Amino acid sequence: MDIFTQQLINGLVLGSIYALVALGYTMVYGILELINFAHGEVTMIGAMVALTVIGVVMGAAPDLPGLMMVAAGLLVAIPACMALAFGIEKVAYRPLRRAPRLAPLITAIGVSIILQNLAMLVWGRQYISFPPILPHNQHEFLGAHITDLQIFIVLISLLTMAILVLLVEKTRLGRAMRATAQSKEVAELMGVNVDRVISATFVIGAAIAAVAGVMVSAYYGLAHYYMGFMLGLKAFSAAVLGGIGNIAGAMLGGLLLGVIEALGAGYIGDLTGGFLGSHYQDVFAFFVLILVLVFRPSGLLGERVAHRA
Amino acid sequence: MAMTLLRVQGLCVAYGGIQAVRGIDFEVAEGELVCLIGANGAGKSSTLKGLMGLVRPQGEIWFAGERLHRLATHAIVARGLAMVPEGRGIFGRLTVAENLEMGAYLRRDRDGIRADIARAYDLFERLAERRGQLAGTLSGGEQQMLAIARAMMGRPRLLLLDEPSMGLAPLMVQKIHQTIASIASEGVTILLVEQNAHMALALSHRAYVMESGVMTLSGAAAELRGNADLRAAYLGE
Ligand SMILES: Nc1ncnc2c1ncn2[C@@H]1O[C@H](COP(=O)(O)OP(=O)(O)O)[C@@H](O)[C@H]1O
Ligand SMILES: [Mg+2]
Repeated sequence: MDIFTQQLINGLVLGSIYALVALGYTMVYGILELINFAHGEVTMIGAMVALTVIGVVMGAAPDLPGLMMVAAGLLVAIPACMALAFGIEKVAYRPLRRAPRLAPLITAIGVSIILQNLAMLVWGRQYISFPPILPHNQHEFLGAHITDLQIFIVLISLLTMAILVLLVEKTRLGRAMRATAQSKEVAELMGVNVDRVISATFVIGAAIAAVAGVMVSAYYGLAHYYMGFMLGLKAFSAAVLGGIGNIAGAMLGGLLLGVIEALGAGYIGDLTGGFLGSHYQDVFAFFVLILVLVFRPSGLLGERVAHRA
Repeated sequence: MAMTLLRVQGLCVAYGGIQAVRGIDFEVAEGELVCLIGANGAGKSSTLKGLMGLVRPQGEIWFAGERLHRLATHAIVARGLAMVPEGRGIFGRLTVAENLEMGAYLRRDRDGIRADIARAYDLFERLAERRGQLAGTLSGGEQQMLAIARAMMGRPRLLLLDEPSMGLAPLMVQKIHQTIASIASEGVTILLVEQNAHMALALSHRAYVMESGVMTLSGAAAELRGNADLRAAYLGE
């Protein structure tokens, strides 16, 4: 088996999930210049809600195909995350719209801690396993293996990204979002209700996060109240890598980060003579983050360097 | 005389402790082209921002018989006001066409919007040539054209223009004049803010002169052009 190809495939699958979460960071940053650190937790809530729903559906209709159960989970998790993000923006961030930038940032961290603790109270401290309801057949692909689940994740991610791009590029709301990201004042002068556009941005990012939460818990086979923390940090790193505020950048950054991580984990043992093992996988995201911040703070596709400093 | 479209009484605008506008009164009649002139820092832009609700004003603002006080900007726009801000406020990363579509954001009549965009392209052929280009790549003059065309896409009853000639070459300034005059001749009411008093007075029916946040002079534009004080202060004579 070709380790390189295998890790590339694994990396792209994981990266497509990072890309989904990174979109939420980048969209909110693009409009508010706020790093919404609670976004990782919204992803976690999406996974938890979906798993709860899947559990209920399995109990009620055990013969239903696995994909239908996952669809049912998504159908509840998506609106739940949308409502949650709508509330977070309204209660925690909106009152601080004109406050110094540190205030909403600290609030975001606070919100994320609150959500973690709430999730711990509701779902407990233990890992919740994702039932093996999705097909796991392996296929030979370019000398490596790819599973049904991996194909499913990549397809859903691509579909979600395509819908987002269409929404942002082709609809009235998307145009208003891009206009608002450039100037809230002028957007208002066009008749845009900027508060609503900001709400919509949070809500859309949360819908995507719900999808990502379900994908990631399906991929690893488990969910946990703390899972949003690392996932959020990695997705944020991916957004910075692509150029935070830039939607294409978040997609590219997510995929790249997934690949870097997978290749790094695949080869770190060889590179360090066995001193470091693949469980050091998590360091690569932050290594990349530091490199980007030092050498290209605007990210791969970002432009507004001075503006952001 | 025509009906009063905009009536402002005791308008004050402050930024923290800085009083930029200190209780001004003025009005604009339907179909009029009125200019507001004054030196840099007089409070002209603040006045327009107060009217549009971009800064929270104090005092009374009546538009077409309705109080605008404390309405959000987008709600004010919905009532028929439009503003071309100082510095044009183009969405540089949207295309020229998308900028025009943003101007029609509150309209739902697709056919009407399409017709108005076609009309804007007829009026400004430079914009037509560049419709698919990012607006940030346009020259200053072209951006000003776009900003005015975009504001007109909302079919406003009252158009506020904040120093549309600022930073433009003389030829372009002339073209902007012609555009403003032709918009006015279509019956759109205009409140024009300018430092360039020559241009403004030549175009307008009436004028107000602002100094340090208060109105110091007002009258018919033709009269003001003969006013000795004004000539000394703003026309460099
Ligand atoms: N955002 C702001 N914050 C603080 N002061 C301001 C702001 N905008 C304008 N000012 C002050 O208000 C006064 C009037 O400014 P402005 O309305 O821009 O004048 P004009 O348009 O006539 O040049 C000036 O003293 C200016 O410094
Ligand atoms: Mg000004």
